[in-house]
Amino acid sequence: MKAKVHVMLKTGVLDPQGEAVRHALGTLGFDGVEGVRQGKVIELDLADGTSEADVTEMCEKLLANTVIERYSIEMVA
Amino acid sequence: MKAGVLTFPGSNCDRDLAQGFKLAGADVEMVWHKETSLPAGLDVIGIPGGFSFGDYLRCGAIAARSPICAAVVEFAKGGGHVIGICNGFQVLCETGLLPGALMRNAGLTFLCRQQELIVESTDSAYTRGYETGARITVPIAHHDGNYSADEALVAQLRGEGRVAFSYADNPNGSAGDIAGVLSENRRVLGMMPHPERATEAAHGNRDGAPLFASLVDALVTA
Repeated sequence: MKAKVHVMLKTGVLDPQGEAVRHALGTLGFDGVEGVRQGKVIELDLADGTSEADVTEMCEKLLANTVIERYSIEMVA
Repeated sequence: MKAGVLTFPGSNCDRDLAQGFKLAGADVEMVWHKETSLPAGLDVIGIPGGFSFGDYLRCGAIAARSPICAAVVEFAKGGGHVIGICNGFQVLCETGLLPGALMRNAGLTFLCRQQELIVESTDSAYTRGYETGARITVPIAHHDGNYSADEALVAQLRGEGRVAFSYADNPNGSAGDIAGVLSENRRVLGMMPHPERATEAAHGNRDGAPLFASLVDALVTA
């Protein structure tokens, strides 16, 4: 089984990289991009029986820095 | 007075930091990241600059979960002195010993230059060798030194005198111009600038030397 963990900066935390991407899109002529937030996706290959609670613990302990980031978990059969 | 200096894969300021301690008169023991306990009799632990574990996941994140860091957290919670410089500051934030987080520089570029700092608080073993408001020049060399803290945290740190150093001209977007932060008990210091790179005449200036001198003095007489 697999899990996908999405990690994003929390609302209100400035994202200089996202802002640079937004600026570059503007340079390419893509008008109307009002905001860009950049995050990461972490794919986990898990032994059968690993619970979402286990993945939550992984997120809390390592995968996300909950001071500045939020995460969501997608369990994939 | 004995200092322990941690080494992770990717640390590159560990020997510089050891030299900073030695010049101030401390004995130094290097501590490898896979150790699960600290050498006996340490008075202070130094977490050096560099790119521990290649900055993978987040700067300092993997180092903060290494075996030795569990012992460092115990040491700090027991009232021990810990100084983290550059990557060491990132590690300290990742362990939760210091509040906030370090993010990518606002200008997105790696910064390597001499940086003017203002000594904001002299109420710590690290900073009591300076005058409050003194302007010192210490090198910076980082890509992720943008201190992230909300307004409430910045106000709290300022109010409690826990901003050890601030930037005279903010190079990286840090909240509140903060360059260095003290823990609540004032015994854990994290800072992005490199005082160990300003301790000998050959470095160009010795503005970092009082930090090590006052720390060693405080811990010898403690």
